[in-house]
Amino acid sequence: MKTLEQIIDEILTLASTHFKTDRAALTADDDFFKVLGIDSLQALELLTRLENHFNVELPDYEVQGVSDFRTLAERIEARL
Amino acid sequence: MIDLAQHTSLGSALRAALDQFADETCLIEADRERENHRWTYGEFKARALPLASYLQSHGFKPNARGAIIMTNQSRWSVAAYAIFHSGGVLVPLDYKLSAPEHLASLKHSQAEVLVTEFHMWRAITQCAGFGELTHLKTVIVTDPPKKGDLLNATPFDEARADGEPTFVQRQRDDWACIVYSSGTGGRPKGCVLTHNNYLEQCASLTSLYPFWPGVRYLSILPTNHAIDFMVGFLGPFVCGATVVHLRTLRPEFVREAFTRYQITYVALVPLILKNLQAGLEQRFAELPPFKRFIFERLKALNKMLTRERPNLNLSRKLLSQVHAAFGGELRAIFTGGTFCDPQIIQFFYDLGIQVSIGYGLTEAGTSITLNDLNPFRADTVGRPLPGMQVEVRNPDAEGIGVVAVRSNTVMSHYLDDPELTAETIQHGWLITGDLGRFDATGHLQLFGRAKNMIVTEEGKNVYPEDIENAFGKLPVKEYCVFAANYIWPERSMLGEKLVIVLRLNEGQTFTDELKRQLAQMNSTLLNFKRVSGYVIWDEDFPRTASMKIKRIALADAMRAKVDRQAALQEL
Repeated sequence: MKTLEQIIDEILTLASTHFKTDRAALTADDDFFKVLGIDSLQALELLTRLENHFNVELPDYEVQGVSDFRTLAERIEARL
Repeated sequence: MIDLAQHTSLGSALRAALDQFADETCLIEADRERENHRWTYGEFKARALPLASYLQSHGFKPNARGAIIMTNQSRWSVAAYAIFHSGGVLVPLDYKLSAPEHLASLKHSQAEVLVTEFHMWRAITQCAGFGELTHLKTVIVTDPPKKGDLLNATPFDEARADGEPTFVQRQRDDWACIVYSSGTGGRPKGCVLTHNNYLEQCASLTSLYPFWPGVRYLSILPTNHAIDFMVGFLGPFVCGATVVHLRTLRPEFVREAFTRYQITYVALVPLILKNLQAGLEQRFAELPPFKRFIFERLKALNKMLTRERPNLNLSRKLLSQVHAAFGGELRAIFTGGTFCDPQIIQFFYDLGIQVSIGYGLTEAGTSITLNDLNPFRADTVGRPLPGMQVEVRNPDAEGIGVVAVRSNTVMSHYLDDPELTAETIQHGWLITGDLGRFDATGHLQLFGRAKNMIVTEEGKNVYPEDIENAFGKLPVKEYCVFAANYIWPERSMLGEKLVIVLRLNEGQTFTDELKRQLAQMNSTLLNFKRVSGYVIWDEDFPRTASMKIKRIALADAMRAKVDRQAALQEL
């Protein structure tokens, strides 16, 4: 079973790869819209990547209003 | 198509459609790559009538208000029809609003019935002030948990009662819907739209863009959205067409839906158009050089041959692979033109994909003007639709003034707000607050707003007053949120931003800590409602005798004293 910190770490790595940003510049409490410079549809694209990685399925509404990596990780953790 | 002139209400027209097109496919609901269900009009009726019976058996009377808060799904339309069949007034609420905003709208509209998804209902029950929701009698939820307390709600699939429900006829001037055009943090704007408003708009739009059995409309926007309500519910239903509900906005599934269901029409907000454009551009960039060369030549030829008017058959032949990527049957994409970059629209038109740009606002039904593509003009929002009188009031030297509209589609009034109604509808004319000008060919061009609000790329109206509460604990002397273009007008509706104006305490300086607090409070707002920047203002705000901020006077003072570039700091 993965810990929340492990999930956050993997999310940050995936996000930095997908959106070609510096991994070291991302932290758990960052606003991913802002730090990655993405819109809500790009955030959904990231979500699909995360679903494939963690092998979970999250309805779109689960991430409505979520904008930081930590909360996103908590939503994924709840489905693991 | 059902002859709308023969009907006095939406319930009556829809009821006729359910019978006339009983064997045609009505709704397809897809979730990602899965198809949840596919119903004919007859099957739709078989689901809607028992729900109407249930509502009526639980005391839902004519004129009572029934609210729906749902993501994009077929049961939205079933619930809406059941409410209309029973003579009720529909309150379609935006599922993206927060639970306290839902609660406020439910209270303001005095809804007696709520049809929603369980997780939204649970969130509403957890709001402070939930106990004041005294009008609400019946709650029906979709997607209930397999176990646990439903919090006095009934699962949608169990909300059925035997017996034929009474069909309640309404007249043209009766209320059909109460649609909220702003959030509820400030002054709730519940637009009361009549059956006549919708029937007239539906007749007008379907005369330009006809539907028929076999047409497939892809519904991506939720049906509470004014455009989807018209072209993804009323329009296709009264013509016997098919609506495909996609329960996700994920770009990969949106793209796939076009080909899987061979979509004819779709309505999109600019954000999704931009995403589709980016996907296509990436595919073009990946073409080998020779193929890319050929493609560019074919595109140029298409552009030249369709300059005067579109020629769909020709474009489909010239650029067959592009059209195949959209399923091969796409006839038009509908979008709101006030906030869509003309370059994006031109991109699609050059590929032979028609983007029909409209201009509308909740208070005027769905659409006031629409580009008739004859010729295509990406820089305008088209000509007034049949039956619309549109004027530009008090034009300046360049002919730009406030757009005013008079038509049968203009709302009746704002719910419980005669003062705001009188400000907005003057002698039968709706004063839109948008700035525009007619060009020599009768096309309307828009140049910004005279009102303090923005519309986002997701098509959301955001009023500064609605979000100011989020900054209530900011340790400054006073603050006020504005649309940046309201203080410093720019002749565009693209990239509109909200900004917060801060008046610091005596001796206080703007520190990193204060900026951090500001950013933290901003992050509690939904993404599309956040402020983008801040302005430090060094004078006390002008206020009325009752201590309300005089926003117009403050904006005037700021405009006179500081330059936008110099004053506005990114957050």
